[in-house]
Amino acid sequence: MNSWIAVIGSGVIAYLVKLAGYLVPKKMLDKPLIAKSAALFPIALLSALLGIQTLVTNTSIVVDARVPALAAAFIALRFKAPFILVVVIGAGTAALIRAQGWMA
Amino acid sequence: MTLASHVPPNDRRSILRTALSVGAATGAYGLSFGALAVTQGHLNPWQAQLLSLLLFSGASQFAIVGIVGAGGSAAAAMTSTLLLGLRNGLYGLRLSAVVHPRGWRKAFNAHVTIDESTAVTLANSDEVAPDRDRSAYAFWSTGLSVFILWNIATAIGALAARHIGDPRQFGLDAAIPCGFAALILPRLRSFNDWLLSGLAAVIAVGVSPWVRPGVPVLIVAAATLIIAVFNTRRQPPSPLGDGKPS
Repeated sequence: MNSWIAVIGSGVIAYLVKLAGYLVPKKMLDKPLIAKSAALFPIALLSALLGIQTLVTNTSIVVDARVPALAAAFIALRFKAPFILVVVIGAGTAALIRAQGWMA
Repeated sequence: MTLASHVPPNDRRSILRTALSVGAATGAYGLSFGALAVTQGHLNPWQAQLLSLLLFSGASQFAIVGIVGAGGSAAAAMTSTLLLGLRNGLYGLRLSAVVHPRGWRKAFNAHVTIDESTAVTLANSDEVAPDRDRSAYAFWSTGLSVFILWNIATAIGALAARHIGDPRQFGLDAAIPCGFAALILPRLRSFNDWLLSGLAAVIAVGVSPWVRPGVPVLIVAAATLIIAVFNTRRQPPSPLGDGKPS
């Protein structure tokens, strides 16, 4: 029972939070401060996520094969590699490093 | 789809390719979500599927599995969903201006508003010459691609839990940030963009050991708001509302 409440309750909360962003009236979105923040949020929040996904496990800072994988992805991006190649190079680098036992 | 009609075929193909790649990468992770939900979270396959259909936000779903699996309360799971999900609400603020859904359509747009659809929409939106059709095409193709593949993968993962290996072995945990890097980096055009991006990553990682998951991103949101206060003071807003002098 507890897990059903957790599943359905969380689903409803997640949806309402998503919807709330769209229900902010246009008048408010047009205010300079809100417009500026909203324009900066995607880059800022996705960059925050990028950092967390690369260096954080649960709540600890961990340097593992994800770091060289991201470095390889940066190099691929520098050479204008297409999206899927960047992802494959990143995953491949991490998989190789772990298979060789060089890093966790 | 009518919204595709004004997007040139070449652009459509390239957006669709990115959308499907993002869907495939997250789908691979969906396999491990389905498996973990059953093995670690002790959920049944229906509950795992319901999370992917209804909640549809990877980070929150993994967190719930961890909490429920450790015997945590439903309230704890819902709190964690709220903390991890708030960023989707903040994406909605921007996406409602860029994609501009009207009326009841907002209800559908909201459901697929996640990190991935936001990132691909951002990568395909031009602040100088906004193109709503192109942004909407990027948003919907990614949102649907991830939704469908994530849900199929969840079902397979939950049913074949014993046969799903550790995603780390295949470097999938590294594939996700590499994908975001590929979507964000080309968007960083000015020094200020780079500064914002770097600062956001440093703050988020730096505060991570001291707060609950989800909170680092909210701290970055607060910092962004402070930056916006200084920005709007210095510059008169343009008619586009992006704060840049026209």
